[in-house]
Amino acid sequence: MVPLSYYLVLSAILFACGVTGFLIKRNIITIFMSIELMLNGVNLSFVAFAAKWHQLSGHVFVFFVMVVAAAEAAVGLAIIIALFRTRETLNIDQVNLLKL
Amino acid sequence: MTPNPNLHLWIIPLLPFAGAAINGLFGKRFSRQGVAGVALAFCFASFAMALWISAGVLTGSVPLPHPPEFLAIWIRSGGFSVDFSFYLDQLSLVMLLVVTGVGFLIHVYSVGYMWEEGGYYRFFSYLNLFMFFMLTLVLASNYLLMFIGWEGVGLASYLLIGFFFWRDSAAAAGKKAFIVNRIGDFGFLIALFLIIQHFGSLDFATVFDKVQPLTRETAGAGVLTAVALLLMVGACGKSAQIPLYVWLPDAMEGPTPVSALIHAATMVTAGVYMVARSHVIFERAPSALTVVAIIGALTAFFAATIGIAQTDIKKVLAYSTISQLGYMFLACGVAAFSAGIFHLMTHAFFKGLLFLAAGSVIHAVGGEQDMRKMGGLRKKIPVTFWTMATATCAIAGIPGLAGFFSKDEILWRAYQANWIYWLIGVVTAFITSFYMFRLLFMTFFGEYRGALSAEHQHEVPASHGADLDLDAAARTGVSAPHGHGHGGIHESPWIMLAPLIMLAFLSIAGGYVGVPGSLGGHNLFDKFLGPVFRATAPAVNAEHAQTGESPEQQTEGEEPKTGYGTELIFTGISVAAGILGFLLALWLYWARNELPQQIAAAAHGLYSAVVNKYWIDEFYAWIFVKPLVAVSSVVFWRGIDQGVIDATLDGSADRAREVSDNIRHMQSGNLRSYAGWIAVGATAVIAYMVWVGTK
Repeated sequence: MVPLSYYLVLSAILFACGVTGFLIKRNIITIFMSIELMLNGVNLSFVAFAAKWHQLSGHVFVFFVMVVAAAEAAVGLAIIIALFRTRETLNIDQVNLLKL
Repeated sequence: MTPNPNLHLWIIPLLPFAGAAINGLFGKRFSRQGVAGVALAFCFASFAMALWISAGVLTGSVPLPHPPEFLAIWIRSGGFSVDFSFYLDQLSLVMLLVVTGVGFLIHVYSVGYMWEEGGYYRFFSYLNLFMFFMLTLVLASNYLLMFIGWEGVGLASYLLIGFFFWRDSAAAAGKKAFIVNRIGDFGFLIALFLIIQHFGSLDFATVFDKVQPLTRETAGAGVLTAVALLLMVGACGKSAQIPLYVWLPDAMEGPTPVSALIHAATMVTAGVYMVARSHVIFERAPSALTVVAIIGALTAFFAATIGIAQTDIKKVLAYSTISQLGYMFLACGVAAFSAGIFHLMTHAFFKGLLFLAAGSVIHAVGGEQDMRKMGGLRKKIPVTFWTMATATCAIAGIPGLAGFFSKDEILWRAYQANWIYWLIGVVTAFITSFYMFRLLFMTFFGEYRGALSAEHQHEVPASHGADLDLDAAARTGVSAPHGHGHGGIHESPWIMLAPLIMLAFLSIAGGYVGVPGSLGGHNLFDKFLGPVFRATAPAVNAEHAQTGESPEQQTEGEEPKTGYGTELIFTGISVAAGILGFLLALWLYWARNELPQQIAAAAHGLYSAVVNKYWIDEFYAWIFVKPLVAVSSVVFWRGIDQGVIDATLDGSADRAREVSDNIRHMQSGNLRSYAGWIAVGATAVIAYMVWVGTK
């Protein structure tokens, strides 16, 4: 039996990786993937707790997060495509104005 | 018919209001005929209704006093209540007829007079609005509703004085009238507060019922004296009495029909009406009555002397109005209220006529108001001349005309109270006759002294009245003088002359309702108003019987059955005073018309005092206006407004802008800096929670 703390440490590492990627990367696709990484880091701690305490709500939450993440991916990718069409770049530092 | 039929009194004031609303909202799109039609129709409807009611009164189907007609609840607060309700008794019926009748005639006149002016619909809208408020004032059954009318006529007066608002002098005159009236209104309001405090109501009937059992405040001054004096302050403002008369001469900046309607016939008499309406209170406050009489007598005399030296035709009439209002207050002050109202009525006729005729003269000579540039107009504008001569004779007290009867009544009553009042009154009558005939001679006799230029000034309605397809012109079959351009002196169109003739008729006939017993009449007017004034007189008046006449007449009783001889002598004296004034004017301004200049040169100091209106305006400016402006600009404007209020507001706005200037750089648009802030924020929250959890 793997102790709970192992899961939690892995979850924290995943989350920290996500945050770091979110902060330092310039490419918007990479930033998007970093967000997914953060979400999954959180998911890991949810299921770890659910298994530990034998509770179903943790699992249910993970499914919710997955659904939201899927929707977010659909909308986010659509925005990115629209962005690329107008700006012709994916560098986030060059996308700092609301107007064209 | 039921004993007290519902008369729907509320319709009377509301009709002109409807006219004002229609013209005010849609008048811009109407033709001039349309505007005039609306204004005249609604005004005439009011008049017709007043006539219908008076017919009912005369035939006896409408008993007076008519009980208050309740229309709607206005204020209900604890035990205190004020309603929109209207009241009709003999006094308000007289006022109602004067206001609607003279008002309608002046509306007709205005159709012709204002024809060439811009803002035609605006003018008639204001004029109808004035009628609405004046009728509210007259018909109100409580002090507060009366106050609404009181303020409303002030508003209409302000709007109409400043009708030619592009002229600085007109705008300033409007403001002056409004502000001076505010001083009076302040007194009126305090009086209302006192009435509420002591009698718990503002309803005429309730208040007077509670005042009725009180005895006269002969020793010292009590609440009734205070109320009466404060009401008098209000009346002084509205009716242009000393010391608040200064606004009325300036109010002549308004169009002439306005001067006739508001500043001669109706609005300025509201003060007299209010005092007469509150006679129950005044009768029980003898010292207040004395103040009223003194103010009236002094104003009558003082304004008449100023009138002597004025050269502007309308200014002469303005001072004459102030002086005649003084007579009315003198009458009220000696508790001869019906005499005061009688003079109010006849004055409305002849002074309205004088103003309208003056307007016709001004119109004829192309906007000139200076009498020194008139003269010899008698032949050129005969109708105007004859009507104006009638009115002049009426105001001068020539026997047989309206002014004679009413003025004589007042002088006789004044004599019964105190011979000094009478003396001032007779001297004033002499001066009145003098300056009025001076006006007549300067305007209509001698050689024409003006150079009528083609350039027209502001207030020149040219004679296109003939284009009007109106009944007056059609009925008489006389086409108005027309087509001779603006250059010549010409008679006014018939739409203007018809009201003149009507009013001239009233100036002659109006006095015969009040022929005194000494002249073989029955003083019907006094008898008609009797129930209003006599039933409520205080019971004790032994100490009032100072003139040695029979006691019952002290409370406006019947004319004494004896003593006609004395009364006739006094009538003779006042007629003599009037004729003397006429002769003096004849001598100075017709026979030897170089003399006035010499007299003026000889009595230089006195003359310049009179010409400059005793420097009262300058005195007020120096005593009140200048310090007020100084204090306002230094303390209130620079000190409090700019120093405290503006500084606080501007200061807080400036700080907010500085802070925003500094923190707006956070909003850079750079996505990664936002992400950084989110991370910092989240870290801070987590750190806080950890700190709280481990504590």
